[in-house]
Amino acid sequence: MNRQARIALFIVSGLGFLCFYIWGLHGLPGFGHYPGPYGDIINSLTVYQRHATDAITAVNFDYRGFDTLGEEFILFTSVMGANLLLRKQKDDREQKRVVDRADDRVVPPTSDAVRVIGLALVLPIVVFGIYTIMHGQLTPGGGFQGGVILASMPLIIYLCGDYHAFEKVTSHVLSEIAEAIGAGGYAVVGLVSVALGYQYLTNFIPLGETGDVLSSGTILLISFLTGIEVAAGIVVLMISFFRQAFVYRKDGAEDGGKR
Amino acid sequence: MNQLAGEFMRMLPFLVAAWLFLVGLYGIVTSRHLVHLIMCLVVVQTSTYLLILGVGYRVGASAPIFADIPVGTPAVDPVTHALMLTDIVVEATVMALLLALAIQAEERAGSVDPEQLRIMRG
Amino acid sequence: MNNFLPASPVAVPLTVAALLAAVNQHIPRRLADAAAFAASAWCVFACLVLMVRSSHGLIVYWMGGWQPRSGAAIGISLAIDPFGAGAAAFASFLVLVAFIFSAHYFDSIGTLFHVLMLAFLAAMCGFSLTGDMFNLFVFFELMSAAAFALCGYKTEESGPIQGALNFAITNTIGAFMALSGIGLLYGRTGALNMAQIGKSLGQTHDGLVVVAFVMITCGFLVKAAVVPFHFWLADAHAVAPTPVCVLFSGIMVELGIYAVARVYWTIFHGALAQFEAQTRAIFVTLGVLTAIVGAFMCFAQRHIKRLLAYSTISHTGLMLVAFAMLAHGALGGLALYVVGHGLLKGALFLSAGMLLHHLGSIDELKLRGKGREAIHSVGLMLFLALGLAGVPPYGTFMGEALIDSAAEKLHYSWVSYIFMLAGIITAAAVLRVAGRIYFGWGEDLDRSQQDEGETDEGRETSGGQDIPATMFVPTLVLLALGFAISFIPGIRGEVQLAGMRFMDQAAYQQQVLEHAAPPQYKVPPEESLVPGMIRGIVATILAFLVAGLVLLPHPLRHGIEDFSGGVSFVLRPLRILHSGHMGDYVAWLTAGVAVIGGLFAWFIH
Repeated sequence: MNRQARIALFIVSGLGFLCFYIWGLHGLPGFGHYPGPYGDIINSLTVYQRHATDAITAVNFDYRGFDTLGEEFILFTSVMGANLLLRKQKDDREQKRVVDRADDRVVPPTSDAVRVIGLALVLPIVVFGIYTIMHGQLTPGGGFQGGVILASMPLIIYLCGDYHAFEKVTSHVLSEIAEAIGAGGYAVVGLVSVALGYQYLTNFIPLGETGDVLSSGTILLISFLTGIEVAAGIVVLMISFFRQAFVYRKDGAEDGGKR
Repeated sequence: MNQLAGEFMRMLPFLVAAWLFLVGLYGIVTSRHLVHLIMCLVVVQTSTYLLILGVGYRVGASAPIFADIPVGTPAVDPVTHALMLTDIVVEATVMALLLALAIQAEERAGSVDPEQLRIMRG
Repeated sequence: MNNFLPASPVAVPLTVAALLAAVNQHIPRRLADAAAFAASAWCVFACLVLMVRSSHGLIVYWMGGWQPRSGAAIGISLAIDPFGAGAAAFASFLVLVAFIFSAHYFDSIGTLFHVLMLAFLAAMCGFSLTGDMFNLFVFFELMSAAAFALCGYKTEESGPIQGALNFAITNTIGAFMALSGIGLLYGRTGALNMAQIGKSLGQTHDGLVVVAFVMITCGFLVKAAVVPFHFWLADAHAVAPTPVCVLFSGIMVELGIYAVARVYWTIFHGALAQFEAQTRAIFVTLGVLTAIVGAFMCFAQRHIKRLLAYSTISHTGLMLVAFAMLAHGALGGLALYVVGHGLLKGALFLSAGMLLHHLGSIDELKLRGKGREAIHSVGLMLFLALGLAGVPPYGTFMGEALIDSAAEKLHYSWVSYIFMLAGIITAAAVLRVAGRIYFGWGEDLDRSQQDEGETDEGRETSGGQDIPATMFVPTLVLLALGFAISFIPGIRGEVQLAGMRFMDQAAYQQQVLEHAAPPQYKVPPEESLVPGMIRGIVATILAFLVAGLVLLPHPLRHGIEDFSGGVSFVLRPLRILHSGHMGDYVAWLTAGVAVIGGLFAWFIH
């Protein structure tokens, strides 16, 4: 189909689809009138059953922990997949001088202000990331959010330094191993519950005091593992994409040029 | 008239969700650049966030965090939030995979225009 | 053991995948092969045990021990029935075969191939066993993520990248569509467990229910590659590495149909019960259209893997027709047909892979007359083509016979001719390939490729050209099993019983939510297989005739030449529609949803 025919087909069918979809949406209870019961049951149970004050984390890592296992492995699989797709090809070599492959992209030199503020942020970011991971069961946060915060640390270093600085603070092998441990650890926690005679992914660690950092049993452990996995997974992704942009060049292509 | 306006407000977030779905699809259909196309896919996904979070919302209720409020206080649905957390992770990672494919398309086929990426046809 | 077994088909491959990823590139290839092999073998075993045990009633397994409270689920359940466990077992088996085949097939990059395949396996098992709507979506996405990456495995070529992109974009849109449907259902019922949603919906069939049904169904039909959502399939299958194609065609596509059936009977059956005739008509139409489009497009290909991919499209159309009968006999037939077809199609892809390994090409025209040395693969193809036509006693024949007799009772007996037609054309296409490659029959047509897409692909293998036993034996095993499944004693009765369990919505709800005891069903009387046998044999003869007509010299030749002239003149408009343009695919997808939705809206209100 040419462009006009394609757009015409889409507009006609898209409008039909829109009307149809709105017909269905019309049957929803009005905005702001959530009817329950799932959420209400969870809200009334989580503090008593799991000593967790953040119901969302409790749903994620306990009540619907099996979903989150799948989700973690989606992350894991995608990272592995991106790793595979962006791998070093047979005809690739690593160029010595690191230059962006997009030769028309002019990067202004990093100003001192960015450099100072960026470096000053590194430590607080790490602390905040760990804090977010460890307090997931109490207040908004948890492994996913904290992991992303942690992973922004090397990115800040790249922003206020350059690719070499980024390379120095990250390790591909270590990140890959950490990612695998985070993801595999989650699956293994489930297996431990089975070994103890419970159903898969049953909370088997004492729940502790409501409101304590060390509470909610496996929720905290899984949150921690997830944090490792997410942080490491995103770092692996960054390394893969950066290498494509900065390091790999085709045999015969000049350093610094387009590929 | 007021009734109609009330009905409209009752539906507004859901209508926006439907609109986002359609606009995202339009972007994909007409796109001339893979990165743009992948971002349009994100728009389609945003529609699902809005729909599902909208479904779980309750007027006047607080967040389902019972650290400072007693259990039993009306709170919005925590399940939809957990589902959307899953959905966001799915999106972020699938997009990474798609962008990796886009980079390779540039590399191998020398183009990121869907019009040019048509080895597979017939 | 009871705590471990139901969860193990997901937990074990995921654990092994993570383990292999951690030691990536630091362990010998054979060790990774062995670990992956062991994990998938365990899954085959566990799923088979689950299948046998669940034949007396649903196995309900609550993750995290979260039993439902007063009829409301608070956790995620697996709800395992013979079809679900059977699908998971079959998926595990194909993964096992793929691992054996790839042991000497291509150079793995560290353990990445194993990791992705195991994640794919866990996703397919979870998808088949789960009883929770959102969990279904999660495993759908996990399956997709692994499949996209595996599809683009050969990054050194341009085809795989483009195929993977088309695959990824259309399937992701399908997933979001299904998720929107799930959102609608959640807004109405406040539940995610399938049994609970179904119970909560009851008989209501207003706009929301219809839209949710259409969105979820269309989302999964994208995976099942039903016209007009099918465009991605040929692109993806033609370019994925051969062992991966086995999984794509053998089970992943069929899981799309499985999900539609599962969702229909656990959630929507009560609501749509009074519109059964209309629902049936719509799905039969879609299925027939798919079967015909797939068959003709199959015949028009010269890239062998692409040809096989279109034949898969044709056969999924038949599977959708079988589902559309909404009858236990047809469902039982569908289960047998899926297994029979998966075995045959897997073996066909493996034969194509051997051809590529041996001769370095996969283009029918380029290989004309060069197949004397590749007698392994060509001979296998010949046998496998018979199965596509449904000759007794292949498993496909048995499935078809059951579907036909169910269709006859519903006054849809004409669909058996569609089954025959699709079987004849797809089998003839494969026979034509075998004839041309081995005997060098047919004209030497090496003309310009201006109006065709990619016709060939690079070798996936390195090293010698002889075919190791790890390639040949798995293919032979698949072929043999394709025969053998018809001879399992009492198989026809068993699958029909499983179909009855699958369709009993009330019993499903009671077993999941209230620990009720499973009801007992009576084994239906066995029906005569003779009409099915006659149809299968006739179809096979006709397939030979069609292939011969195209290949052998005779006065009519010029009228029916396959790649130019007659047939392809008629097919040209159809081929132009398969443009390879992602925008087109998405436009067709939208049109499909709009039309299917419009039809349902029209019929129900």
